Amino acid sequence: MSVDADIVRKIGHLARIKLKEENLEGLAGELNVILGFVEQLDEVDVSDVEPMTSVIPATLRTRKDEVTSGNYADKITSNAPLSEDNFFMVPKVVE
Amino acid sequence: MSDLIKLSLADIQKGLKAKKFSASEVTSAYLNEIDASNPKLNAYVSIENEQALSMAKASDEKLAKGTGGALEGVPLGIKDLFATKGSHTQAGSHILDGFKPEYESFITNNLWQDGAVMLGKLNMDEFAMGSSNETSYYGAVINPHRASGSNKDLVPGGSSGGSAAAVSAFLCAGATATDTGGSIRQPAAFTGTVGIKPTYGRCSRWGVVAFASSLDQAGPITRTVEDSALMLSSMAGFDKLDSTSVDLAVPDFAAAIERGVKGLRIGVPKEYRMDGMPDEIEKLWQQGLAWLKDEGAIIKDISLPHTKYALPAYYIVAPAEASSNLARYDGVKYGLRVNGDSIDEMYENTRAKGFGAEVQRRVLIGTYVLSAGYYDAYYVKAQKVRTLIKRDFETVFNDGIDAILTPATPSAAFGVNDQEMKADPVKMYLNDIFTVTVNMAGLPAIAVPAGKDKAGLPLGLQLIGKPFDEETLFAAGRVIERSAGLDFTPKKWW
Repeated sequence: MSVDADIVRKIGHLARIKLKEENLEGLAGELNVILGFVEQLDEVDVSDVEPMTSVIPATLRTRKDEVTSGNYADKITSNAPLSEDNFFMVPKVVE
Repeated sequence: MSDLIKLSLADIQKGLKAKKFSASEVTSAYLNEIDASNPKLNAYVSIENEQALSMAKASDEKLAKGTGGALEGVPLGIKDLFATKGSHTQAGSHILDGFKPEYESFITNNLWQDGAVMLGKLNMDEFAMGSSNETSYYGAVINPHRASGSNKDLVPGGSSGGSAAAVSAFLCAGATATDTGGSIRQPAAFTGTVGIKPTYGRCSRWGVVAFASSLDQAGPITRTVEDSALMLSSMAGFDKLDSTSVDLAVPDFAAAIERGVKGLRIGVPKEYRMDGMPDEIEKLWQQGLAWLKDEGAIIKDISLPHTKYALPAYYIVAPAEASSNLARYDGVKYGLRVNGDSIDEMYENTRAKGFGAEVQRRVLIGTYVLSAGYYDAYYVKAQKVRTLIKRDFETVFNDGIDAILTPATPSAAFGVNDQEMKADPVKMYLNDIFTVTVNMAGLPAIAVPAGKDKAGLPLGLQLIGKPFDEETLFAAGRVIERSAGLDFTPKKWW
């Protein structure tokens, strides 16, 4: 499998990274080198092999469903590039 | 240069307890050395003079009363990946410009609770993606080691290049680091320092900026094996805020270091003998085995048949997880924002400007392999291969092997701005060929400096252990350190 400039443009949009038109060909080349490298995995017979879901044998812990923290919206928004009254501000999304 | 900074972490600990010098004195000595050296080495991205001195002063008060913690007054450097409340935490990236967390990572909190002093934040590859510390927004870190007779700048390895360079050049007593595919062990090998990646789950990931969550694990980089044991004892522990943190008692790792290797079965995997591997690396490996054998270890040839597939599987799993983890950098919650006419354009502009080339490349690969129609062919397949890699290790451990000895890296440190690696990303990725299997299987592994190449550059050996058996790694690592008996102090040129 390999990618071309059109596919790279589409991936860029999915990843929300603006890519310059003049860089698309170059990026496609770089990504194809990596995709070519990972193609080695096709040599491995993985029939009847379960995909790994946890690298150490562990079941996720559960806890009581209760409020354990909160009420610090000021701290959460303290690093925002743009905020007002503890709300994050973004460009207009609804006309 | 003050002699205080040349002491090991263990000796600083002892000297402070015996009141031979104060925490303020040793902290000032390090701050002075950082001031003099950092413009050349670029190991620190932020130096916390005031905070360091006030923490040291508090330590001196505790030491005077005899109430100090395990690391009381010991000055440490912290990788920029760890959230430290109110100070620089940017993962070496432009996109986290100005970010100062409102909270402290579990690991650094443990260190401060034990009395350690923070000198500052250490440079790293952007979001820990790199093997040379050249992808940092803050510029490349320079290796304190140079080939003899050469004035060419070498890389310190990555991604914890700032940590390794700072420890090697005596700019801190020890440093925190993280390892997703080799980012503790490869820089340790390149700088003549000791680095251990503990078992996945041993150290909490809470407050550590995420790269690939199923692979990321923090650990220390230090100048001696004993120092690593001391630091890891403080860093490790159960944390209910990390769902993959393991609820296991933390052993006194330092108590294990002189345990020796008598009767231990050390495996030698034939798959780690790569084509084109320099003779010096092969010789070092044989030397390491001879040292262990001399002290009573039993050497066994073993096979880990899926070794060669670890790196390609990693370059699916790690970018996939990274593309998901890095989705949070959107110009809204923290850091950089580049405006646009719509919210989507603002996202796209921010991420185009804020992420460097390597991070963009990996996010794109990750997005592609997770996209509709490709998920099974790439991600699921890679996770199946990962099961096989882990099974390889389980088989040899079940057959009675206690630890595995391999080279840490396929070469010594290479030059800054290496054109061949620049032209071919896979060439750079091959740096992690001996280290990445361990992350894929969640195992602990230590890199110990063991020799030098003909140019006098440090070379390291790696020991891989059973899950949660870091103690055996410290014991065997100590034997290699003691048998090598070399001084890895870089010759000062800066």
